[in-house]
Amino acid sequence: MSGYWGGILGILCINIIFAYSIFLPAASGQLNLGGAGFMALGAYSAAYLNTALELPMWITIPGAAIFTAAISFVIAFPILRTRGVYMVLATFAFAEVVAGVIINMEAVGGASGYEVPSFADLDVLAILAIATIGFVFYLLATRFGLSMRAVHDDENVAALFGVNVRMTQVMTFTIGGALAGIAGALYAHQYNYIEIQYFNIMISIFVLLYVLIGGTQTAYGPLFGAILFTFLPEFLRLPEMAGVANGAVLAEWRFVIFGAFLVAVMVFRPEGLITRAMVDRLRHGRAPEDITGEAS
Amino acid sequence: MLVTQQVISGLMLGGIYVMVAVAFTLTIGMLNFLNFTIPPIFMIAGMTGWGLTYYGLPFGLSDGGIHWAVALVVGLAAAAAASLLVERFTYRYLKAKYGDATEHAIPLVSSLGFLLIFENTVLILLGSDSQAFPVPFHDANLRFWGLIVSIPQMACLAISLGTVALLSSMLKGTRTGRGLRSIAENPEVSTLLGVNVHRIVPVMFLITGLLCGLAGIIFTLNYHEVSAYMGNEVAAKAIAAMVIGGLGNIWGAVAGGIIVGVVETLSIHYFGADTIKISVWGILLVVLLIKPQGLFGHTRIGKGKF
Repeated sequence: MSGYWGGILGILCINIIFAYSIFLPAASGQLNLGGAGFMALGAYSAAYLNTALELPMWITIPGAAIFTAAISFVIAFPILRTRGVYMVLATFAFAEVVAGVIINMEAVGGASGYEVPSFADLDVLAILAIATIGFVFYLLATRFGLSMRAVHDDENVAALFGVNVRMTQVMTFTIGGALAGIAGALYAHQYNYIEIQYFNIMISIFVLLYVLIGGTQTAYGPLFGAILFTFLPEFLRLPEMAGVANGAVLAEWRFVIFGAFLVAVMVFRPEGLITRAMVDRLRHGRAPEDITGEAS
Repeated sequence: MLVTQQVISGLMLGGIYVMVAVAFTLTIGMLNFLNFTIPPIFMIAGMTGWGLTYYGLPFGLSDGGIHWAVALVVGLAAAAAASLLVERFTYRYLKAKYGDATEHAIPLVSSLGFLLIFENTVLILLGSDSQAFPVPFHDANLRFWGLIVSIPQMACLAISLGTVALLSSMLKGTRTGRGLRSIAENPEVSTLLGVNVHRIVPVMFLITGLLCGLAGIIFTLNYHEVSAYMGNEVAAKAIAAMVIGGLGNIWGAVAGGIIVGVVETLSIHYFGADTIKISVWGILLVVLLIKPQGLFGHTRIGKGKF
């Protein structure tokens, strides 16, 4: 495997973990547009533990997860009071505040970036990505996963049936924060250098797109979304690298094609590419009856 | 004296934020839709204007660049056209097919798709560098009592407040304005009462496109500089302004825009450029969490869905 594809696979692993961190709140009805902020918290806390305290990677990565989860837990209470477009804006504002604080913190390098000594190779990334996938599939199969789905479909009815709505939302937000922290820590250890300018609004937007285009109904959605979004821009570059005539044009326009693809998906399949009905049909060979009444 | 000067510059900067914030607040107030195509539409006006003055008309229709004023008017038209294109594929299509499109995150994702399309098209056609925009009035400043007031900036603040006043009276007085306000209250009931939603929603997108385009032109004329990313920073500040003023509240957005402009210049003056983010976004986060209806009272929006 060449270094190029190795690099892509590394990004893929980080993207998968990051996508699940946004998927968990989204699957219980909360849109989080602050992914970059949580990822930055994870990356910088792992980098600080690694550089200043000289701790090894098997401590820095869980440390980053716990730190980010703690912050997520604390801000979950005020942020989950907001809903809909307000929550999108509040999480977005939170990410901007995180970036603003970090850029002014000289202890972690401020605007000039921060070095991370320990290197995590593809094995570590792949193991953690697979563990995350397994964990999320397990979580959705539990009673808690069922509560998440109920809260996503209708908060009031879920509360009526005895689901602890607030607890479910805070939990998904916190676990999501922990996963974003792991993704950030892995990013820091993979590239050995982080700067806050990387954790910008575009990162938050892209990760939300992985989840919403993949589909929030099943745990296959974000996995598929992350794979598609990591490889599609690279595939559009292949003709250029292979030296095909006009390949450069395709490579140049790839983000425009990508944007058009997003618009098309929302027009033809607004609930995301992978839906619950589709997974059931593939698994049981028939379309189950739609018990929710409408696709949501 | 220096502080007064900062406040004056803040007011000028605020004038630009006001128009973009009003565009944001209109889309959220009427359609409950956070429109992410506003930053690229702002940019399209400026970049189209620059492209036409620098390269001239496409397909060799003119020798060299055309006059900057004409180019900027074409830029404004391009911004309005882009906004209508977004309406066609983001709101109208989905509205017709799935009932209330605001129930889902669909328009949000579609508008993010358009953000990528617009920004990258401009990047490919006109490049990613910051470009100087040639305008004749470089030093047209009034000086009194030691304060510097730039005439174009003052004119721009006046234009921006005038446009918003015009818009506000249109919403109050005209048939279209009443239709728009009824959609904001309740789309189903207003359809029952004979408001043609499919005719009125494009009008709203036209208004937001024109507002953003005008703001982009004002920005270009004031700072003599355009780039493919010029909309992002301004739009982020405008979102902050909108939240401070209360979502869906036009005069709140005006006040918010001016507040953000002044806070920004003052925090640069006192604490340096790196602290803008903390002060602006910190205020925003606190307002969202403590007083989500904004500083200026309540409007009937945010039905609790995406």
